Amino acid sequence: MPVKVNTSDPQFSDMLVNRYEGFLTESPNSEIEFDVDLVEGGFSDPDADVHVSQNRGQWSLERGDFCAEWNPASRRGWIRQSANPYSIDAVLRIVHTLVLARQGGFLLHSASAIRNGKAFLFAGVSGAGKTTISRLAPADATLLTDEISYVRKTAKGYVGFGTPFTGELAKLGENVSAPIAALYLLAKGPENRIEPIPQGEAARALLANVLFFAEDQDLVQSTFHSAFEFVSRVPVSRLTFVPDNDVWELIG
Amino acid sequence: MSRLYVARNPKVAARSLDGEMMIMSGRDSTLFTLNRTATILWQAADGATPLNEIVEQRICPEFDVEPAVALQDAETFARDLASHDILQVSENPIPSKMSFAGEMR
Repeated sequence: MPVKVNTSDPQFSDMLVNRYEGFLTESPNSEIEFDVDLVEGGFSDPDADVHVSQNRGQWSLERGDFCAEWNPASRRGWIRQSANPYSIDAVLRIVHTLVLARQGGFLLHSASAIRNGKAFLFAGVSGAGKTTISRLAPADATLLTDEISYVRKTAKGYVGFGTPFTGELAKLGENVSAPIAALYLLAKGPENRIEPIPQGEAARALLANVLFFAEDQDLVQSTFHSAFEFVSRVPVSRLTFVPDNDVWELIG
Repeated sequence: MSRLYVARNPKVAARSLDGEMMIMSGRDSTLFTLNRTATILWQAADGATPLNEIVEQRICPEFDVEPAVALQDAETFARDLASHDILQVSENPIPSKMSFAGEMR
């Protein structure tokens, strides 16, 4: 989903180019376009709660360190923030959740990787092992992300895409995609094993890990039904791991 | 004691899977998994049938419970869901256009 960012500040532009290296394109077409208005001071707290609301088709996004608006009809918006990469990164994550929700997809708190042409997702809260499973990935696995997986619904099924949204590993995913073959719910334990779980439990776990910010009933409904659709099509299992490299012998 | 009527919020997302009814509040995204009793109440909450009738005719025949106790539990449950905008609770019948039937999948 091409994103165009307009800024008059060359240093900020360079910072974004470096941050999103590997995800840049020369294509003039964009599905999301933002004008960034850089301000000094006035914004401070990136840990403040995010507020995302819709009024007459226009989305408003606010956090302690930015405010932004985005119009899905025109696909354009603006961001007001200081010259840092974290604020725009948060805005892009939020807007992608809004766009994906309308299309039956979502962003998921999970690591993901491609192996043998198939994408595998590893979901869990902080400490569950997303970074660890990413570190243990063998050379023939392509890391899509160690933190936020990008899931789109297509006519042929669900597809996992690489993202530049990093976690503790601070390593960008690859800008590639593959059909999703499985979702694993991570747990650390005394041995490596995979156990299938019932769809109801899978749906609950999936919903607990979907990134969702909007205070919007229609979007809540869309995301809720998307989660059930996903678990009806993609096998969901619990992956308990030691952790050691052998865990990847169970995957792919 | 006045009669209470309960109706599902048409904006609430709900799914039944593996015999479990799950519903999500559109207001705060809270996810609820309903037990068998709560599912019966949820499915019967048409806005027209008084809560005491739902309890007497749908819940008590299926469970070994005193009607008064069941009614008290049902009212507590209904008011809890109402606090999340999932159910509407009223002392008067609630118009059928508020029913959830069209949203069930």
